[in-house]
Amino acid sequence: VTQNEIRRTVLEALQSVAPEIQADAADPGVPIREQFDIDSVDLLNFLAALESRLGVKVPEQDYGRIATIDACVAYLAEQLGAAAVPHGAP
Amino acid sequence: MAEFRMPSLGADMVQGRLIQWIKQPGDPVRRGDIIAEVDTDKGVIEVEVFTDGVLDRVLVQPGEKVPVGTVMATIREGGGAAPPVTHEPETKASPLARSIATALGVDLEQVRGTGPGGAITRRDVEVAARGATPAPIPVPRVPMPDRTRAMRQAIAAAMARSKRDIPHFYVSHDVDVGPVVEWLAERNQGRSARDRVLQGALFLKAVARALVDFPELNAWWQDGAAVPKPDIHLGVAIALRGGGLVAPALHHVGRLPVDDVSARLRELVTRARSGSLRSSEVADPTMTVTSLGDRGVDGVFGVIYPPQVAIVGFGSIRPRPWVLDHALVVRPVVTASVSADHRVTDGHRAALFLAAVAEHLRQPGAL
Repeated sequence: VTQNEIRRTVLEALQSVAPEIQADAADPGVPIREQFDIDSVDLLNFLAALESRLGVKVPEQDYGRIATIDACVAYLAEQLGAAAVPHGAP
Repeated sequence: MAEFRMPSLGADMVQGRLIQWIKQPGDPVRRGDIIAEVDTDKGVIEVEVFTDGVLDRVLVQPGEKVPVGTVMATIREGGGAAPPVTHEPETKASPLARSIATALGVDLEQVRGTGPGGAITRRDVEVAARGATPAPIPVPRVPMPDRTRAMRQAIAAAMARSKRDIPHFYVSHDVDVGPVVEWLAERNQGRSARDRVLQGALFLKAVARALVDFPELNAWWQDGAAVPKPDIHLGVAIALRGGGLVAPALHHVGRLPVDDVSARLRELVTRARSGSLRSSEVADPTMTVTSLGDRGVDGVFGVIYPPQVAIVGFGSIRPRPWVLDHALVVRPVVTASVSADHRVTDGHRAALFLAAVAEHLRQPGAL
C-alpha cells in the first residue's frame, strides 16, 4: 500500500460520512473535524470505514495523531509500514 | 378492516406527500413494518404500520399530498386470503437512493436491496458503485434547497409556537465528569471503532435514569395538562449536513444497556443524515436531549419542542478549575442544563433533576 493509496482511502472514508466533500478541494493541512464539520458519530463512522478498508484500528489515545488528512495518512502509513510515496507523486 | 392513515409526525405537521408504497396490495404486513415513504417538512420518513394483516387497498397514489389523518390504505386484520393482485415487479428504492444511483450511474436493477422488503438503500447504491468503479468519485450531496427551506420554516413554526405558548425557565449545573472520561477510556480500550461507546450515550442514559424520579418532565402537554408518558423515548437533536435539524426518538433508553444505546445512537444519527427516519422515531419523543459538545460550546439552553415539556442540553467537556476536598484542582467538567415548562414544574424540581443527572454521571458503571 502506498501513501497515495492510503490518501485515496482516507478521502473515500471521509466521503462515506460527508458525501459533499470534494476530494480536490480538501485541504490536507486543516483539521478534519473543523474542515468538514465532523462530529463524534461521524468520527466513529470514519474510523470504522478506515478499519474495514485498511485493517488499522485507531485507538482513542491516537485521535490527536489523525487530526488532518496529512497527519492521518502519515499515521496510517506508519501503522501499515507503507512505501513512502510523497503526496502528488504519480 | 383497519385503516392506515397519514400519521402526524409532530405537532407542527398538517399534511404529507406519499412518495411510494413499500408494501403492495396483497402483501402481508406486521406491526412495525415500513409500509410507505412520506415526504414531510422533516424530510422523507419511512412510515410504519401498527396492525398485523394483509394490505388490502391503497387509496392514495404516489405524489398525492394529503392532510394528516387521511385514510391512505385499508388493511385486512389478521391475514386471510389475499385478493388476486398482479403488479409488475418493481425496483424498490428510496428517493435518496434513486438520486444517488442517478448521480453515480448505477443501474438499480442490478443492485441487491437490503432495506425493508428488499428496498434499495443509499448504502446499497454506494456499495454497488464502489464495486463497479473502484476509483474515488466525489458523491454530490443531493441538493435540496427547497427541503432545507421547508425544514427551516417547520422549525420556525414549532419554535415560535413553543416560545409563545410555553413559559420556559432554565437551570444549569456544572458536573465533574472525570468518572465518565475514565470509564469511557477503559471501556473503549482495544475496541473496534464500531463497538466504541459514545460519550453521548452516557448522557442519554443518565437523563433517562433521572427521569424515572421526575416523571413530570417526561410528559406531553395535552388538553391543558401535563400527561406523563409511560416510556422514556429520548429525542436526540441531530444537525443535518447542509442545514436543518431533526430530533428523532431513541426508544426505551432507560431499559437498554449502554452499549446498545451507543450503537442505536450511532445508527439513528447516520440514518437521520441519510434521510431514512421512521415515523415512530419522529412521532414518539417524550423529552429531547441536545448536545453541542462537539461544537466547543460551554452550554446550551434549548427551546422545548411541543408537546414535550422539557429539553436537556449538554456543552463540551472541558478541563476547568474545580474545588475538590477543599483543594483547587483541574477536572473535566460539562455544563448540563434543562429548559422546562413552568406550567408543569418549577426551578426547585428542575434543579433536583439536574442533580440526579449529575449523580448518575458520577457512577457511569451503573448506567
